[in-house]
Amino acid sequence: MDVVLLSRLQFATATMFHFLFVPLTLGLSVLVAFMETKYVRTGDETYLRMTKFWGKLFLINFAVGVVTGITLEFQFGTNWSRYSAFVGDIFGSLLAIEATAAFFLESTLIGVWIFGWNKISKKAHAIVMWLIAGAGTMSAVWILMANGWMQHPVGFTIRNGRAELVDFAAVVFNKFAILEFFHTVPAAYILSAFFVMGISAYHLLKKQHIDFFTKSFRIALVFGLIFSIFTAITGDMHGVHVTETQPAKLAAMEAHWETTTRAPLHLFAVPDEKNERNSVEIGSIPGLLSFLTRHDFNAEVRGLKDFPKDERPPVLLSFFSFRIMVALGALFPLLTIIGWFKRNRLVESPGYLKIMLWSIPLPYIAIELGWVLAEVGRQPWIVYGLMKTSDAASPVASSQVLISLIAFILVYSLLGAVGFYLIAKNARQGPAH
Amino acid sequence: MVLQTIWFFLWGLLWALFFMTDGFDFGIGTLYPFLGKTDQDKRIMINSLGPLWDGNEVWLITAAGVTFAAFPTVYAVMFSSLYSVLMLILFALILRGVSFEFRGKVDDPRWRKIWDTCIFIGSFTPALLFGVVFANIFKGIPIDHNGIYHGTLFTLLNPYGLLGGVLFVMLFLVHGALWLAIKTEGDLHERAASVANKLWPVLLWVVVIFLIASRFFTHLYDNYLAHPALFLVILITVFALLSIKFFLAKRAFFRAWFASALTIVGSTFFGIVGLYPNLFPSSLNPKYSLTAQNASSSPLTLKIMLIVVIIFLPIVIGYQIWTYNLFKGKVTKEDLAYEEAY
Repeated sequence: MDVVLLSRLQFATATMFHFLFVPLTLGLSVLVAFMETKYVRTGDETYLRMTKFWGKLFLINFAVGVVTGITLEFQFGTNWSRYSAFVGDIFGSLLAIEATAAFFLESTLIGVWIFGWNKISKKAHAIVMWLIAGAGTMSAVWILMANGWMQHPVGFTIRNGRAELVDFAAVVFNKFAILEFFHTVPAAYILSAFFVMGISAYHLLKKQHIDFFTKSFRIALVFGLIFSIFTAITGDMHGVHVTETQPAKLAAMEAHWETTTRAPLHLFAVPDEKNERNSVEIGSIPGLLSFLTRHDFNAEVRGLKDFPKDERPPVLLSFFSFRIMVALGALFPLLTIIGWFKRNRLVESPGYLKIMLWSIPLPYIAIELGWVLAEVGRQPWIVYGLMKTSDAASPVASSQVLISLIAFILVYSLLGAVGFYLIAKNARQGPAH
Repeated sequence: MVLQTIWFFLWGLLWALFFMTDGFDFGIGTLYPFLGKTDQDKRIMINSLGPLWDGNEVWLITAAGVTFAAFPTVYAVMFSSLYSVLMLILFALILRGVSFEFRGKVDDPRWRKIWDTCIFIGSFTPALLFGVVFANIFKGIPIDHNGIYHGTLFTLLNPYGLLGGVLFVMLFLVHGALWLAIKTEGDLHERAASVANKLWPVLLWVVVIFLIASRFFTHLYDNYLAHPALFLVILITVFALLSIKFFLAKRAFFRAWFASALTIVGSTFFGIVGLYPNLFPSSLNPKYSLTAQNASSSPLTLKIMLIVVIIFLPIVIGYQIWTYNLFKGKVTKEDLAYEEAY
């Protein structure tokens, strides 16, 4: 196998694994900070126990997230050195700013939060968690800005054989990055809400710690309700913007082959890339794609055939990751709205609780598929329109990459197994008395 | 250009600060199987760095990030040339990080044994390999005009590279033993102090051998001979090294640790000053070397990044000092009873 393919597999492994832990860190930090604030304000010990219980799960998750994050920074240099040399002027500085201005604060304060219960005041301790949550969100800002630039490069000029910065503000206020932020971070909040609701449902089904988990469930429910609606709205805005900035990605995710007006939306299809058509199309609604992407039923939408074959992203993967993400994205507001009506009689709704328990993995699937769409849908480009992925890899021996890929798969499988085992074990144990 | 020179030394400073802070974590992790006789000793050792190691490790992320931002070509060539060795460091750091969190989460001696082993491997490996990497950079790396590396992992394991590895391990061992002496009491404290005392002469010898070997394996002294005032860097470093022993004899452990921190920063700068303007010299042909001038980012990026660093670096140092100060006391048996302790 060649270096590019192996490096892509390795990047996918490392990034997707890392992102199993990042969203929960982003969202649960906010929820724990909220619980701790409640404790400081009301003095109610239940909220202290909630802070400690959910905080413990947060910390296990955080540990795996942190250590797997270093891999991502290293990988740009080890596996994508041509890319790094080409974009370092812009992309590299965003990563460096993230470390200096955000990640430092988060990592330093996490120790203070764990070990500082008796060293600082209650109020200061709660503020520390808010700062951790804030720093995590700031990290997301800079990282998504870096990814947004790969998706839709702005504020640069090609000089000395590389992309050099000319307009920092353009990079910071890149609309693509802003939409990514307002779609990704709220999605992480949904995941965290479902995590808390699911574990609470487990205990409520067993009728243990009822007060504790009813309160936890309700806090997460409000959080989940707000952000599942919010994420759907920004998802729509993001889709419209992708139509303008990455028409090939849009065509692929909708399996839309011919450039047409009144473009139809296929609820389900099986793309046949070889013959440039869909072998199956079910539930095609005329004009809906035009409406969704351009807010006009008669608007023209560019099809895949408009793009040279070597500039089309993989259609099947883009289409299905998008379809499943959207289907799940529609389910989340539904489940939380149902929850809203059942919020006062959760214990008497075992059916609903069971659904919520089994729904824990769903936001994980949705958020991973969202990234699959974002990254696979950008192919064959590593920087959209500027540099192809095939030109970006390091000049290293494929055997080296193969060995490291195998090592990643082994180590990460072990890490994932232990991490999720410990989270599940502690979640099942329930709060201390 | 002045900006590039400023960034060259900032680059060196960030690596030095990483070695200075995470260095004692690596040292304690390496001493861990030897000094941690009982489970209580082990837990005290881990908890002596518990609140700090995570923040310390970010100096690495920042040093690497700044390499990427300020010298993209160096980042690209350095990380791809050193592929295997960086992967080993990476896996070691991954294991070390999760071990602290995982170790105490299941009450079973076999479980703890696994993570104990990972703490040792995860601390010793980066200590050794960072030394190997930097000694090889001082010496020059076989890269051609396209920045393509002509060698393998074993090319780096040459005598001078390995000597660098031993130097780093010794520096971090002394640094870690001193930190442990500060943070502990009773028997463990005595053993940590005695280890520091015993390792110090070894460190002294390694430093002397390294300084001499550098004359034969590297061009580091060219800058010093051209500007003799620079020998001050070496003098300060050696002075700091000798002060460790001085304070150790007086049982002033914090001062000894501080002297050790200065020794680490000084040792790093011994190489950085000698390297200038090279960041990543080629051993094949000096023309292929990556320098502060030919490998830097655009002036605009360097300017923006400088503003970011001028604003945030003091803030970061400020809250890290606050954190160190907050957790300055000794780790006691009572601290281990604390439910959040590792």
